Amino acid sequence: MSDEATADGAAPTANAGYDEWIDALADGTGYALVCPEGHGSLPPRRVCPECGSSSLAEEPLPDRGEIETFTVVHVPSPRFADDAPYTTAVARFGPVRLTGIVRGVDGVDDGDEGAGGDAVAVGTTVEVGVGERETDGGRIVTFRPVGT
Amino acid sequence: MTGVRVAGVGLTRFGSHPERTGRDLFAEAADRAFADAGVDRDAVEELNYGNFMGALAEHQGHQAPLMAEAAGVRCPATRYESACASAGVAVREAVRTVSAGDADVVVAGGMERMTNLDTAGATEGLAIAADDLFEVRAGVTFPGAYALMATAYFEAHGGEREDLAHVASKNHENALPNEYAQFRKEVSIEEALSAPPIAEPLHLYDACPITDGASALVLVSEEYAAEADLDAPVAVTGTGQGTDRLALADRAELAATPAADAAATAAYDDAGIGPADVDLAEVHDCFTIAEVLAIESLGFAEPGEGITAARDGLTTADGDRPVNLSGGLKAKGHPVGATGGSQIAELTRLLRGDHPNSEHVPDAEVGVAHNAGGTVASAVVHVLEVAE
Repeated sequence: MSDEATADGAAPTANAGYDEWIDALADGTGYALVCPEGHGSLPPRRVCPECGSSSLAEEPLPDRGEIETFTVVHVPSPRFADDAPYTTAVARFGPVRLTGIVRGVDGVDDGDEGAGGDAVAVGTTVEVGVGERETDGGRIVTFRPVGT
Repeated sequence: MTGVRVAGVGLTRFGSHPERTGRDLFAEAADRAFADAGVDRDAVEELNYGNFMGALAEHQGHQAPLMAEAAGVRCPATRYESACASAGVAVREAVRTVSAGDADVVVAGGMERMTNLDTAGATEGLAIAADDLFEVRAGVTFPGAYALMATAYFEAHGGEREDLAHVASKNHENALPNEYAQFRKEVSIEEALSAPPIAEPLHLYDACPITDGASALVLVSEEYAAEADLDAPVAVTGTGQGTDRLALADRAELAATPAADAAATAAYDDAGIGPADVDLAEVHDCFTIAEVLAIESLGFAEPGEGITAARDGLTTADGDRPVNLSGGLKAKGHPVGATGGSQIAELTRLLRGDHPNSEHVPDAEVGVAHNAGGTVASAVVHVLEVAE
Protein backbone atom coordinates (compact mmCIF):
# COMPACT_ATOMS: atom_id res chain seq x y z
CA MET A 1 0.00 0.00 0.00
CA SER A 2 0.98 3.61 -0.34
CA ASP A 3 0.03 6.70 1.58
CA GLU A 4 0.29 9.55 -0.88
CA ALA A 5 -3.33 10.40 -1.66
CA THR A 6 -3.68 12.91 -4.48
CA ALA A 7 -5.19 16.33 -3.90
CA ASP A 8 -8.49 15.33 -5.50
CA GLY A 9 -8.84 12.19 -3.42
CA ALA A 10 -7.97 9.79 -6.23
CA ALA A 11 -6.44 6.44 -5.41
CA PRO A 12 -2.85 6.77 -4.22
CA THR A 13 0.00 5.65 -6.43
CA ALA A 14 1.71 2.45 -5.42
CA ASN A 15 5.51 2.41 -5.30
CA ALA A 16 6.55 -1.23 -5.22
CA GLY A 17 9.71 -1.73 -3.22
CA TYR A 18 9.36 1.49 -1.27
CA ASP A 19 5.91 0.53 0.05
CA GLU A 20 7.14 -2.82 1.38
CA TRP A 21 10.15 -1.07 2.90
CA ILE A 22 8.13 1.50 4.85
CA ASP A 23 5.63 -1.21 5.90
CA ALA A 24 8.55 -3.13 7.39
CA LEU A 25 9.87 0.02 9.06
CA ALA A 26 6.44 0.53 10.66
CA ASP A 27 6.49 -3.08 11.89
CA GLY A 28 9.88 -2.59 13.51
CA THR A 29 11.62 -4.75 10.93
CA GLY A 30 13.25 -2.03 8.82
CA TYR A 31 16.06 -3.07 6.54
CA ALA A 32 18.75 -1.81 4.19
CA LEU A 33 20.02 -3.44 1.01
CA VAL A 34 23.68 -4.36 1.32
CA CYS A 35 26.09 -5.56 -1.37
CA PRO A 36 29.11 -7.83 -0.77
CA GLU A 37 31.32 -4.74 -0.53
CA GLY A 38 29.20 -3.51 2.38
CA HIS A 39 27.61 -0.55 0.54
CA GLY A 40 24.14 0.18 1.88
CA SER A 41 21.20 1.45 -0.16
CA LEU A 42 17.40 1.71 -0.03
CA PRO A 43 14.88 -0.03 -2.29
CA PRO A 44 13.87 -0.50 -4.99
CA ARG A 45 17.32 -1.42 -6.36
CA ARG A 46 18.53 -3.90 -8.95
CA VAL A 47 22.19 -3.03 -8.48
CA CYS A 48 24.30 -1.36 -5.81
CA PRO A 49 24.47 2.35 -6.72
CA GLU A 50 28.07 2.53 -5.49
CA CYS A 51 29.66 -0.48 -7.20
CA GLY A 52 27.05 -1.98 -9.54
CA SER A 53 26.92 -5.35 -7.79
CA SER A 54 23.65 -7.17 -8.44
CA SER A 55 24.06 -9.24 -5.28
CA LEU A 56 21.95 -7.31 -2.79
CA ALA A 57 20.78 -8.74 0.54
CA GLU A 58 18.25 -7.31 2.98
CA GLU A 59 19.93 -6.64 6.32
CA PRO A 60 18.05 -5.47 9.44
CA LEU A 61 18.65 -1.86 10.43
CA PRO A 62 20.39 -1.36 13.76
CA ASP A 63 18.00 -0.51 16.63
CA ARG A 64 19.57 2.88 17.11
CA GLY A 65 20.96 5.53 14.82
CA GLU A 66 22.78 8.82 15.24
CA ILE A 67 21.70 12.20 13.90
CA GLU A 68 24.33 13.60 11.53
CA THR A 69 22.52 16.81 10.58
CA PHE A 70 19.12 18.45 11.05
CA THR A 71 17.07 21.57 10.32
CA VAL A 72 13.92 23.14 11.68
CA VAL A 73 11.70 23.89 8.67
CA HIS A 74 9.50 26.96 9.03
CA VAL A 75 8.34 27.36 5.42
CA PRO A 76 6.84 24.02 4.36
CA SER A 77 5.50 22.54 1.15
CA PRO A 78 1.67 22.15 1.09
CA ARG A 79 1.84 18.54 2.28
CA PHE A 80 3.42 19.77 5.52
CA ALA A 81 1.41 22.98 5.94
CA ASP A 82 0.04 22.03 9.39
CA ASP A 83 3.26 20.32 10.50
CA ALA A 84 5.54 23.37 10.37
CA PRO A 85 7.66 24.15 12.19
CA TYR A 86 9.09 20.64 12.22
CA THR A 87 12.54 19.13 12.50
CA THR A 88 13.92 17.09 9.59
CA ALA A 89 17.09 15.12 10.25
CA VAL A 90 19.51 12.80 8.52
CA ALA A 91 20.57 9.92 10.76
CA ARG A 92 23.09 7.11 10.25
CA PHE A 93 21.79 3.57 10.75
CA GLY A 94 24.65 1.20 10.03
CA PRO A 95 25.22 0.97 6.27
CA VAL A 96 22.70 3.69 5.34
CA ARG A 97 21.57 7.14 6.30
CA LEU A 98 17.83 7.80 6.60
CA THR A 99 16.00 11.11 6.31
CA GLY A 100 13.08 11.58 8.68
CA ILE A 101 11.16 13.88 10.97
CA VAL A 102 12.12 14.08 14.62
CA ARG A 103 9.29 13.42 17.04
CA GLY A 104 9.06 13.10 20.76
CA VAL A 105 11.23 16.04 21.72
CA ASP A 106 10.11 17.82 24.90
CA GLY A 107 8.53 21.20 24.37
CA VAL A 108 7.66 20.62 20.69
CA ASP A 109 3.95 20.35 19.95
CA ASP A 110 4.01 17.48 17.47
CA GLY A 111 1.33 15.33 19.08
CA ASP A 112 4.02 13.11 20.52
CA GLU A 113 5.00 12.96 24.19
CA GLY A 114 8.54 14.06 24.87
CA ALA A 115 10.63 11.09 25.84
CA GLY A 116 14.26 11.55 25.09
CA GLY A 117 15.32 15.06 25.91
CA ASP A 118 14.67 18.68 25.18
CA ALA A 119 16.78 19.29 22.13
CA VAL A 120 18.01 17.74 18.92
CA ALA A 121 21.71 17.93 18.18
CA VAL A 122 24.21 16.35 15.87
CA GLY A 123 25.11 13.12 17.65
CA THR A 124 21.69 12.58 19.25
CA THR A 125 20.83 8.85 19.41
CA VAL A 126 17.46 8.02 17.86
CA GLU A 127 15.13 5.14 17.10
CA VAL A 128 13.37 5.00 13.75
CA GLY A 129 9.69 4.34 13.10
CA VAL A 130 6.80 5.49 10.97
CA GLY A 131 4.36 8.25 11.92
CA GLU A 132 1.77 10.42 10.24
CA ARG A 133 1.88 13.90 8.81
CA GLU A 134 -0.40 16.20 10.78
CA THR A 135 -1.48 17.89 7.55
CA ASP A 136 -2.97 14.91 5.71
CA GLY A 137 -2.13 11.76 7.63
CA GLY A 138 0.45 10.61 5.07
CA ARG A 139 3.07 8.24 6.43
CA ILE A 140 6.49 9.61 7.28
CA VAL A 141 9.74 8.19 8.58
CA THR A 142 10.16 9.40 12.16
CA PHE A 143 13.07 9.55 14.57
CA ARG A 144 12.64 9.56 18.35
CA PRO A 145 15.50 10.49 20.65
CA VAL A 146 16.32 7.73 23.12
CA GLY A 147 18.23 7.91 26.36
CA THR A 148 21.73 6.51 26.05
CA MET B 1 38.27 20.55 -32.03
CA THR B 2 37.62 24.19 -32.65
CA GLY B 3 37.47 27.18 -30.34
CA VAL B 4 34.09 28.43 -29.09
CA ARG B 5 33.26 32.11 -28.80
CA VAL B 6 30.44 33.91 -27.03
CA ALA B 7 29.15 36.10 -29.85
CA GLY B 8 26.24 37.60 -27.93
CA VAL B 9 24.34 37.47 -24.66
CA GLY B 10 20.78 38.41 -23.73
CA LEU B 11 18.84 38.57 -20.48
CA THR B 12 15.46 39.74 -19.29
CA ARG B 13 15.28 41.78 -16.14
CA PHE B 14 15.08 39.17 -13.41
CA GLY B 15 12.17 39.65 -11.04
CA SER B 16 8.47 39.24 -10.60
CA HIS B 17 6.57 39.18 -13.90
CA PRO B 18 3.64 36.89 -12.97
CA GLU B 19 1.59 37.96 -16.01
CA ARG B 20 4.31 37.30 -18.61
CA THR B 21 4.35 33.99 -20.47
CA GLY B 22 7.46 31.90 -20.64
CA ARG B 23 7.55 32.23 -24.41
CA ASP B 24 7.56 36.02 -24.14
CA LEU B 25 10.37 36.01 -21.56
CA PHE B 26 12.59 33.76 -23.69
CA ALA B 27 11.80 35.77 -26.83
CA GLU B 28 13.05 38.93 -25.11
CA ALA B 29 16.30 37.31 -23.98
CA ALA B 30 16.91 35.84 -27.45
CA ASP B 31 16.18 39.16 -29.12
CA ARG B 32 18.81 40.85 -26.99
CA ALA B 33 21.31 38.06 -27.65
CA PHE B 34 20.92 38.36 -31.43
CA ALA B 35 21.25 42.14 -31.28
CA ASP B 36 24.36 41.81 -29.12
CA ALA B 37 25.90 39.17 -31.40
CA GLY B 38 25.17 40.72 -34.76
CA VAL B 39 24.26 37.22 -35.98
CA ASP B 40 21.23 36.53 -38.19
CA ARG B 41 18.59 34.19 -36.83
CA ASP B 42 18.76 32.03 -39.96
CA ALA B 43 22.37 31.14 -39.15
CA VAL B 44 21.32 29.22 -36.02
CA GLU B 45 21.77 25.48 -36.39
CA GLU B 46 20.55 24.30 -32.95
CA LEU B 47 18.66 25.61 -29.92
CA ASN B 48 19.54 24.18 -26.50
CA TYR B 49 16.95 25.35 -24.01
CA GLY B 50 16.92 24.88 -20.23
CA ASN B 51 13.75 24.70 -18.16
CA PHE B 52 12.93 22.95 -14.90
CA MET B 53 9.31 23.22 -13.79
CA GLY B 54 7.36 24.52 -16.77
CA ALA B 55 5.03 21.53 -16.64
CA LEU B 56 3.99 22.59 -13.12
CA ALA B 57 4.18 26.38 -13.43
CA GLU B 58 2.70 26.85 -16.89
CA HIS B 59 1.16 23.45 -17.54
CA GLN B 60 3.46 23.42 -20.53
CA GLY B 61 5.63 20.51 -21.49
CA HIS B 62 7.53 20.13 -24.76
CA GLN B 63 8.79 23.68 -24.56
CA ALA B 64 11.73 23.56 -26.97
CA PRO B 65 9.71 23.90 -30.21
CA LEU B 66 7.69 26.67 -28.59
CA MET B 67 10.86 28.55 -27.66
CA ALA B 68 12.36 28.09 -31.13
CA GLU B 69 9.24 29.82 -32.48
CA ALA B 70 9.50 32.54 -29.86
CA ALA B 71 13.15 33.15 -30.70
CA GLY B 72 12.42 33.09 -34.41
CA VAL B 73 14.78 30.25 -35.28
CA ARG B 74 14.07 27.22 -37.44
CA CYS B 75 16.39 24.43 -36.36
CA PRO B 76 16.44 21.36 -34.13
CA ALA B 77 15.49 22.45 -30.61
CA THR B 78 15.83 20.44 -27.40
CA ARG B 79 14.89 21.10 -23.80
CA TYR B 80 17.47 20.23 -21.14
CA GLU B 81 16.46 19.56 -17.53
CA SER B 82 18.85 19.19 -14.61
CA ALA B 83 16.90 21.16 -12.00
CA CYS B 84 18.72 24.43 -11.27
CA ALA B 85 21.56 23.39 -13.60
CA SER B 86 19.24 23.04 -16.61
CA ALA B 87 20.73 25.95 -18.55
CA GLY B 88 24.23 24.94 -17.49
CA VAL B 89 23.88 21.57 -19.19
CA ALA B 90 22.17 23.24 -22.18
CA VAL B 91 25.19 25.53 -22.57
CA ARG B 92 27.64 22.69 -22.04
CA GLU B 93 26.07 20.62 -24.83
CA ALA B 94 26.12 23.68 -27.10
CA VAL B 95 29.82 24.20 -26.36
CA ARG B 96 30.52 20.53 -27.13
CA THR B 97 28.50 20.69 -30.36
CA VAL B 98 30.41 23.74 -31.64
CA SER B 99 33.73 22.47 -30.32
CA ALA B 100 33.26 19.18 -32.15
CA GLY B 101 32.59 20.98 -35.42
CA ASP B 102 28.99 19.76 -35.65
CA ALA B 103 27.62 23.30 -35.84
CA ASP B 104 28.97 26.84 -36.19
CA VAL B 105 26.12 28.70 -34.48
CA VAL B 106 24.12 27.40 -31.51
CA VAL B 107 21.77 29.33 -29.22
CA ALA B 108 21.72 28.15 -25.59
CA GLY B 109 19.92 29.47 -22.55
CA GLY B 110 16.77 28.92 -20.60
CA MET B 111 13.67 30.29 -18.95
CA GLU B 112 11.73 29.83 -15.75
CA ARG B 113 8.37 31.24 -14.78
CA MET B 114 7.76 30.94 -11.04
CA THR B 115 5.99 33.91 -9.45
CA ASN B 116 2.62 32.97 -10.94
CA LEU B 117 2.68 30.23 -8.29
CA ASP B 118 2.17 31.13 -4.63
CA THR B 119 4.97 30.48 -2.12
CA ALA B 120 3.58 27.06 -1.24
CA GLY B 121 3.31 26.10 -4.90
CA ALA B 122 6.82 27.29 -5.69
CA THR B 123 8.15 25.49 -2.60
CA GLU B 124 6.45 22.29 -3.77
CA GLY B 125 7.75 22.77 -7.30
CA LEU B 126 11.35 23.31 -6.21
CA ALA B 127 11.20 20.32 -3.86
CA ILE B 128 10.71 17.92 -6.77
CA ALA B 129 14.42 18.29 -7.52
CA ALA B 130 14.98 16.11 -4.42
CA ASP B 131 14.27 12.38 -4.00
CA ASP B 132 10.48 12.16 -3.72
CA LEU B 133 10.32 8.86 -1.83
CA PHE B 134 13.15 9.33 0.64
CA GLU B 135 13.52 13.12 1.03
CA VAL B 136 10.40 15.06 0.04
CA ARG B 137 8.18 12.69 2.03
CA ALA B 138 10.41 13.33 5.02
CA GLY B 139 9.71 17.04 4.83
CA VAL B 140 12.80 18.10 2.91
CA THR B 141 12.21 21.40 1.12
CA PHE B 142 14.80 23.06 -1.12
CA PRO B 143 15.87 25.48 1.67
CA GLY B 144 15.62 22.58 4.12
CA ALA B 145 18.11 20.52 2.11
CA TYR B 146 20.68 23.33 2.09
CA ALA B 147 19.99 23.91 5.79
CA LEU B 148 20.92 20.25 6.40
CA MET B 149 24.19 20.94 4.56
CA ALA B 150 24.77 24.14 6.56
CA THR B 151 24.27 22.37 9.90
CA ALA B 152 26.64 19.62 8.79
CA TYR B 153 29.21 22.22 7.65
CA PHE B 154 29.07 24.13 10.93
CA GLU B 155 29.47 20.85 12.81
CA ALA B 156 32.44 19.71 10.72
CA HIS B 157 34.30 22.99 10.26
CA GLY B 158 32.80 25.65 12.51
CA GLY B 159 31.26 28.86 11.27
CA GLU B 160 28.17 30.77 12.23
CA ARG B 161 25.20 32.59 10.77
CA GLU B 162 27.13 35.86 10.71
CA ASP B 163 29.62 34.36 8.25
CA LEU B 164 26.74 33.52 5.94
CA ALA B 165 25.25 37.00 6.41
CA HIS B 166 28.44 38.43 4.89
CA VAL B 167 27.80 36.40 1.72
CA ALA B 168 24.27 37.82 1.50
CA SER B 169 25.37 41.37 2.18
CA LYS B 170 28.19 41.16 -0.40
CA ASN B 171 25.96 39.85 -3.16
CA HIS B 172 23.22 42.38 -2.50
CA GLU B 173 25.81 45.15 -2.73
CA ASN B 174 27.08 43.75 -6.03
CA ALA B 175 23.55 43.76 -7.46
CA LEU B 176 23.01 47.47 -6.80
CA PRO B 177 24.20 48.72 -10.24
CA ASN B 178 23.03 45.65 -12.21
CA GLU B 179 20.09 46.62 -14.40
CA TYR B 180 18.99 42.98 -14.70
CA ALA B 181 18.92 42.26 -10.95
CA GLN B 182 15.72 41.45 -9.04
CA PHE B 183 16.83 43.10 -5.79
CA ARG B 184 18.83 46.29 -6.04
CA LYS B 185 18.89 47.09 -2.35
CA GLU B 186 21.50 46.78 0.34
CA VAL B 187 21.09 44.21 3.08
CA SER B 188 23.10 44.82 6.23
CA ILE B 189 24.56 42.09 8.39
CA GLU B 190 22.09 43.06 11.11
CA GLU B 191 19.11 42.83 8.75
CA ALA B 192 20.24 39.42 7.52
CA LEU B 193 20.70 38.12 11.07
CA SER B 194 17.32 39.37 12.29
CA ALA B 195 15.26 38.12 9.31
CA PRO B 196 12.73 35.35 9.96
CA PRO B 197 13.88 31.71 9.70
CA ILE B 198 13.10 29.62 6.61
CA ALA B 199 14.85 26.40 7.54
CA GLU B 200 17.25 26.84 10.42
CA PRO B 201 20.06 27.83 10.38
CA LEU B 202 19.03 29.56 7.12
CA HIS B 203 16.91 32.69 7.36
CA LEU B 204 15.18 34.83 4.74
CA TYR B 205 18.29 36.63 3.48
CA ASP B 206 20.24 33.39 3.19
CA ALA B 207 17.86 32.35 0.41
CA CYS B 208 17.57 33.42 -3.21
CA PRO B 209 14.19 34.81 -4.24
CA ILE B 210 11.48 33.28 -6.42
CA THR B 211 12.16 34.73 -9.87
CA ASP B 212 10.87 34.91 -13.43
CA GLY B 213 13.39 35.42 -16.19
CA ALA B 214 15.24 34.13 -19.22
CA SER B 215 18.75 33.99 -20.63
CA ALA B 216 20.13 33.39 -24.11
CA LEU B 217 23.64 33.08 -25.54
CA VAL B 218 24.76 32.96 -29.16
CA LEU B 219 27.75 30.61 -29.27
CA VAL B 220 29.81 30.38 -32.46
CA SER B 221 32.92 28.67 -33.72
CA GLU B 222 36.13 30.67 -33.84
CA GLU B 223 36.14 30.27 -37.62
CA TYR B 224 32.59 31.59 -37.96
CA ALA B 225 33.41 34.58 -35.75
CA ALA B 226 36.36 35.41 -38.00
CA GLU B 227 34.51 34.89 -41.30
CA ALA B 228 31.50 36.92 -40.18
CA ASP B 229 33.81 39.55 -38.67
CA LEU B 230 32.04 39.31 -35.29
CA ASP B 231 33.15 41.19 -32.23
CA ALA B 232 33.40 38.15 -29.94
CA PRO B 233 36.43 38.54 -27.70
CA VAL B 234 35.39 36.02 -25.02
CA ALA B 235 35.98 32.29 -25.54
CA VAL B 236 34.59 29.30 -23.66
CA THR B 237 37.80 27.36 -23.09
CA GLY B 238 36.67 24.73 -20.61
CA THR B 239 33.58 22.76 -19.71
CA GLY B 240 33.02 20.09 -17.06
CA GLN B 241 30.14 18.29 -15.43
CA GLY B 242 29.70 16.12 -12.38
CA THR B 243 26.90 13.93 -11.03
CA ASP B 244 26.35 12.63 -7.51
CA ARG B 245 23.72 10.54 -5.73
CA LEU B 246 20.39 12.40 -5.83
CA ALA B 247 19.53 12.23 -2.13
CA LEU B 248 21.75 14.15 0.25
CA ALA B 249 21.66 11.27 2.75
CA ASP B 250 23.25 8.97 0.15
CA ARG B 251 26.30 11.21 -0.44
CA ALA B 252 29.77 10.41 0.78
CA GLU B 253 29.83 13.81 2.48
CA LEU B 254 27.12 16.11 3.79
CA ALA B 255 29.27 19.25 4.03
CA ALA B 256 30.93 19.19 0.61
CA THR B 257 29.89 18.98 -3.04
CA PRO B 258 31.94 16.28 -4.82
CA ALA B 259 30.00 16.67 -8.09
CA ALA B 260 31.20 20.27 -8.29
CA ASP B 261 34.76 19.15 -7.48
CA ALA B 262 34.56 16.80 -10.47
CA ALA B 263 33.04 19.44 -12.75
CA ALA B 264 35.69 21.99 -11.77
CA THR B 265 38.57 19.57 -12.27
CA ALA B 266 37.26 18.60 -15.72
CA ALA B 267 36.70 22.22 -16.77
CA TYR B 268 40.13 23.35 -15.55
CA ASP B 269 41.79 20.42 -17.35
CA ASP B 270 39.84 21.22 -20.51
CA ALA B 271 41.02 24.84 -20.38
CA GLY B 272 44.55 23.96 -19.27
CA ILE B 273 44.35 26.22 -16.25
CA GLY B 274 44.10 25.89 -12.47
CA PRO B 275 42.21 27.70 -9.71
CA ALA B 276 45.08 30.16 -9.22
CA ASP B 277 44.57 31.46 -12.77
CA VAL B 278 40.95 32.50 -12.15
CA ASP B 279 40.27 36.24 -11.77
CA LEU B 280 36.55 36.16 -10.98
CA ALA B 281 33.64 33.74 -10.69
CA GLU B 282 29.89 33.52 -10.86
CA VAL B 283 28.80 30.71 -8.55
CA HIS B 284 25.50 29.05 -7.70
CA ASP B 285 24.53 30.80 -4.45
CA CYS B 286 20.91 29.67 -4.24
CA PHE B 287 21.61 29.84 -0.52
CA THR B 288 24.51 31.56 1.20
CA ILE B 289 26.00 28.23 2.30
CA ALA B 290 25.99 27.16 -1.36
CA GLU B 291 28.50 29.90 -2.24
CA VAL B 292 30.77 28.63 0.54
CA LEU B 293 30.63 25.07 -0.80
CA ALA B 294 31.08 26.32 -4.39
CA ILE B 295 34.28 28.25 -3.78
CA GLU B 296 35.74 25.25 -1.97
CA SER B 297 34.90 22.99 -4.92
CA LEU B 298 36.42 25.52 -7.32
CA GLY B 299 39.64 25.48 -5.31
CA PHE B 300 39.49 29.11 -4.15
CA ALA B 301 39.48 27.97 -0.51
CA GLU B 302 40.50 24.78 1.26
CA PRO B 303 37.66 22.56 2.53
CA GLY B 304 36.35 24.13 5.73
CA GLU B 305 37.89 27.53 5.01
CA GLY B 306 35.44 28.96 2.48
CA ILE B 307 33.06 30.02 5.24
CA THR B 308 35.05 33.17 6.06
CA ALA B 309 35.93 34.23 2.48
CA ALA B 310 33.24 36.91 2.21
CA ARG B 311 33.74 38.10 5.78
CA ASP B 312 37.49 38.39 5.21
CA GLY B 313 36.95 40.29 1.98
CA LEU B 314 38.57 37.73 -0.34
CA THR B 315 35.47 37.43 -2.53
CA THR B 316 34.11 40.99 -2.34
CA ALA B 317 34.14 43.33 -5.34
CA ASP B 318 37.49 44.74 -4.27
CA GLY B 319 38.86 41.42 -3.00
CA ASP B 320 41.51 39.17 -4.52
CA ARG B 321 38.94 37.15 -6.42
CA PRO B 322 35.46 38.69 -6.69
CA VAL B 323 32.63 36.16 -6.57
CA ASN B 324 29.14 36.94 -7.89
CA LEU B 325 29.75 40.49 -9.10
CA SER B 326 26.34 40.18 -10.81
CA GLY B 327 24.67 39.89 -7.41
CA GLY B 328 24.46 36.12 -7.77
CA LEU B 329 21.31 34.08 -7.50
CA LYS B 330 20.96 35.61 -4.06
CA ALA B 331 20.26 39.18 -5.18
CA LYS B 332 20.12 39.10 -8.96
CA GLY B 333 17.52 36.33 -8.73
CA HIS B 334 17.17 32.67 -9.68
CA PRO B 335 14.81 31.81 -12.53
CA VAL B 336 15.86 28.20 -12.16
CA GLY B 337 16.07 27.04 -15.77
CA ALA B 338 17.70 30.30 -16.94
CA THR B 339 20.41 30.67 -14.31
CA GLY B 340 23.23 28.71 -15.94
CA GLY B 341 22.97 30.84 -19.07
CA SER B 342 22.68 34.02 -17.06
CA GLN B 343 25.95 33.31 -15.28
CA ILE B 344 27.79 33.00 -18.61
CA ALA B 345 26.09 36.17 -19.87
CA GLU B 346 27.22 38.11 -16.80
CA LEU B 347 30.78 36.75 -16.93
CA THR B 348 30.98 37.66 -20.62
CA ARG B 349 29.87 41.22 -19.88
CA LEU B 350 32.29 41.47 -16.96
CA LEU B 351 35.22 40.24 -19.09
CA ARG B 352 34.30 42.43 -22.09
CA GLY B 353 34.18 45.48 -19.88
CA ASP B 354 30.55 46.43 -20.52
CA HIS B 355 29.09 45.28 -17.18
CA PRO B 356 28.35 47.96 -14.58
CA ASN B 357 30.72 46.09 -12.26
CA SER B 358 33.53 45.66 -14.80
CA GLU B 359 35.36 48.52 -13.10
CA HIS B 360 36.18 46.12 -10.25
CA VAL B 361 37.97 43.70 -12.60
CA PRO B 362 39.60 45.89 -15.29
CA ASP B 363 42.43 43.45 -16.05
CA ALA B 364 40.50 40.20 -15.65
CA GLU B 365 41.17 37.56 -18.29
CA VAL B 366 39.76 34.34 -16.81
CA GLY B 367 36.30 33.80 -15.33
CA VAL B 368 34.57 30.68 -14.07
CA ALA B 369 30.84 29.87 -13.93
CA HIS B 370 29.56 27.25 -11.45
CA ASN B 371 25.95 26.06 -11.89
CA ALA B 372 24.42 23.43 -9.60
CA GLY B 373 21.25 21.36 -9.63
CA GLY B 374 19.36 20.22 -6.55
CA THR B 375 21.72 19.87 -3.63
CA VAL B 376 24.55 19.59 -6.18
CA ALA B 377 23.67 16.13 -7.46
CA SER B 378 24.32 17.92 -10.76
CA ALA B 379 27.09 20.45 -11.34
CA VAL B 380 28.42 22.21 -14.42
CA VAL B 381 31.51 24.42 -14.55
CA HIS B 382 32.62 26.57 -17.47
CA VAL B 383 35.85 28.52 -17.99
CA LEU B 384 35.69 31.75 -19.99
CA GLU B 385 38.79 33.58 -21.20
CA VAL B 386 39.46 36.81 -23.03
CA ALA B 387 40.87 35.54 -26.31
CA GLU B 388 41.55 38.83 -28.03
